[in-house]
Amino acid sequence: MNKPITTQELETTAQPAIELRKINKRFGPVHANKDIDLLVKKGSIHGIIGENGAGKSTLMSILYGFYTADEGDILVDGKKVAIPDSKTAISLGIGMVHQHFMLVDNFSVLENVVLGAEGGANLSVGLASARAELKRLEDEYELKVDPDALIEELPVGLQQRVEILKALFRGAEILILDEPTGVLTPAEADHLFKILEVLKNQGKTVLLITHKLREIMAITDTVSVMRRGEMVATRQTSETSMSELAELMVGRSVLLNVDKTPATPTNKVLEISNLNVTDSRGVRVVKDVSFNVRAGEIVGIAGVSGNGQSELLETIAGIRHADTGTLWIDGEEIDLAKNPLDPAQMRQRSLGHVPEDRHRMGLVTKFAEYENSILGYHNDPIYSRGLLLDIAKIKELASGEIEKYDIRPPNPLLKTANFSGGNQQKIVLAREIERDPTVLLVGQPTRGVDIGAIEFIHKRIVELRDAGKGILLVSVELDEIRSLADRILVMFDGKIVGERTADADEGELGLLMAGVEGETK
Amino acid sequence: MSAGQLPRWVDYGLIPLLNLAAAFLVSGLVVVLIGENPLDAVKVLLWGSLGYGEGFGFTLFFATNFIFTGLAVAVAFHAGLFNIGGEGQAYLGGLGVAFACLALDQYVPWWVTLPFAILGSALMGAAWAFIPAWLQAKRGSHVVITTIMFNFIAASLMVYLLNNVMKKAGSMQSETRTFEEGGRLPFLNDIFPGFGFDYAPVNLSLFVAFLACILVWLLIWRTKLGFEIRSFGANPTAAVYAGINPVRIIIVTMLISGGLAGMMAINEIMGSQHRLLIDYVAGYGFVGIAVALMGRSHPVGIVLAAILFGMLYQGGAELSFEMPAITRDMIVVIQGLVILFAGALEYLFRPALIRLFSAGRSPAAQAA
Repeated sequence: MNKPITTQELETTAQPAIELRKINKRFGPVHANKDIDLLVKKGSIHGIIGENGAGKSTLMSILYGFYTADEGDILVDGKKVAIPDSKTAISLGIGMVHQHFMLVDNFSVLENVVLGAEGGANLSVGLASARAELKRLEDEYELKVDPDALIEELPVGLQQRVEILKALFRGAEILILDEPTGVLTPAEADHLFKILEVLKNQGKTVLLITHKLREIMAITDTVSVMRRGEMVATRQTSETSMSELAELMVGRSVLLNVDKTPATPTNKVLEISNLNVTDSRGVRVVKDVSFNVRAGEIVGIAGVSGNGQSELLETIAGIRHADTGTLWIDGEEIDLAKNPLDPAQMRQRSLGHVPEDRHRMGLVTKFAEYENSILGYHNDPIYSRGLLLDIAKIKELASGEIEKYDIRPPNPLLKTANFSGGNQQKIVLAREIERDPTVLLVGQPTRGVDIGAIEFIHKRIVELRDAGKGILLVSVELDEIRSLADRILVMFDGKIVGERTADADEGELGLLMAGVEGETK
Repeated sequence: MSAGQLPRWVDYGLIPLLNLAAAFLVSGLVVVLIGENPLDAVKVLLWGSLGYGEGFGFTLFFATNFIFTGLAVAVAFHAGLFNIGGEGQAYLGGLGVAFACLALDQYVPWWVTLPFAILGSALMGAAWAFIPAWLQAKRGSHVVITTIMFNFIAASLMVYLLNNVMKKAGSMQSETRTFEEGGRLPFLNDIFPGFGFDYAPVNLSLFVAFLACILVWLLIWRTKLGFEIRSFGANPTAAVYAGINPVRIIIVTMLISGGLAGMMAINEIMGSQHRLLIDYVAGYGFVGIAVALMGRSHPVGIVLAAILFGMLYQGGAELSFEMPAITRDMIVVIQGLVILFAGALEYLFRPALIRLFSAGRSPAAQAA
């Protein structure tokens, strides 16, 4: 316990509310948390920022007892603890407000607060004392909400307040909020921040998980940055800036070396105009996007994940429907709103698509490798003989791709789930590139792929460019965009907020990606 | 993470056998509890279903029904759909068979009627699956709910038709007139007298069922449509990415599934009863679910599982006759146990086996 505390700018006298030492968590091959150290000062608001998938939620789930760490220690109030379940976390004074509320819609506020802490078989006794306690909490923390209102009748901001009350009712001293503003309007978010200030002034500790820089700057005392499962930095909020945090979030590792000559683009092969897309929640995720891709160039779309890039790719590929928008592929005009084409028709127009998520979309992992080698192209007559698929020929062609792309193990009969991530990605890439597409959409080509395969994949993409094809690359790895793309478009909040050349300044791109410039405009 | 891989022989051989053994073990305990000797019971059951020509003939007759309904469930499974409306689809299939037979039996020989009967049964079965399929594809109404509801509608509809529309004149029975020669399939006893099938109703439909097995195998593993069905069943998102239209796959798959269930009526109506009557489906549609589960949705497995359930039906009947303490209801209990272990508890032994087999492999291989 008396180990020297890290060289933080913390008063050494104050016991940290939470200390994490060398926390490690793996999910199969994914190392979600790597040697995480974290010190959270009592009575402070501590932000944890990072991209989607950086490992923030995993870390908080470990703290709240949803997962247990593979290695590492958790100290609460200086005492080493084990948190095997959320009940233990609650008894240690840790409360959590989830991104998706855990409320029963047709119960009242009071009933929801009491749920799981009824205190005895006679509900009315528990409810009566809870009502008094709730009243006290409301007064103390200025958390006004009608205890008899039904949850379903409350606006989202108030529902969140109920979640906070729930945690306080259970005696939380440390409150974890996971992406709390994701569902809130700006006014509601401001109100939430006021509540957090009050909580802090009353001596509570708040851990705020977010990927929004603005919130971090507005409310936190200290901020820790996570990237790819690692805790890369901790700063006093007053001593850092948005641009520094943006850079830390996105990362500034060594430029990957890609051998490529300057692009010699010719005619436009893909053009998008006025594209607007709404997702299933009714939120507009792509806003007035227009751009083009020429033959012989790689256009990279940079951005923090979740800013509309996925939806953009899927809409071009014919998977998603657009509200408005026109697309030209190789000169042919397609109205994306009125007469959209399905993915099969887009393939017929020589559009290849390496989707961002190979497991969810790019592959049927239950299938043998050779079966995946024709997914999406199975209607091509070369794979059929009469009414039946020509299995022998499909296997033979698959074997050829396996050899050319060095897919290991070289066995077309092996179930696709049994290949490593890099080899699975090569299976998808081989399938899409070998059809010699005029336009290739590539999403996160090297996510979860080992270094050797990354180089190979990059080389293939550049080769395809040099063969005079147009390539649209989406990646959240800024390095990848910078080393591969000939032109860079930056996407933020569904809009293209800037276009830069490949040698653009990294800090500038980072700011664009964080929407800083976009916001000031 | 990717849950343990089991060798194929374990997945397709050992696990079904273990499930079956567990079912029989529990059944044996039940038999002991009611004061009979379980070994004797097994002996009677095996002899009654396999031991002599006529018994075996009955086993095959029941198995024919189960092959059709099992294939029906299996095809839908491959698309990730759970068609539990086999009961109603088979019932309506009988209507298609009856139309063909009543129209043609007086004019042409059976082999002319048969293609029409097959077509009629498949069409009616498919038609009965169409509305649930359409509702699932277009409206997202779950086929499990709609197909089971359609079983009840089918039952009521057939009662109405057989009492008010199709009933033989001057009869109290809810059934059509008996088909003439041209509406009756030959019994296997007449084709192969040497087997001694005697009065067992096993008939030419058995071969229609085998043919259906081959066609289903070709469809699922050798055609583009089958590829699309399996893609959609295994990963709907990837299927959409691949340009496969979910609406089309759901509807087409359910039509094929319903058609196969409907074809069960060829065996019962044209092969055995020679008239359309009420309640002839008698649960075969539901047992098809267990057959498909146990047969791992593969035609070979389905044939084996169908024969097993045929044995239970036939041997069970024999058992209740030979050992009066084991009533007809006890047989249903045993069948229920087999369905429970083979179907609902299919994964009971799986985790343990996965641990067993992955422990055998080196830790390095696991980490990879």
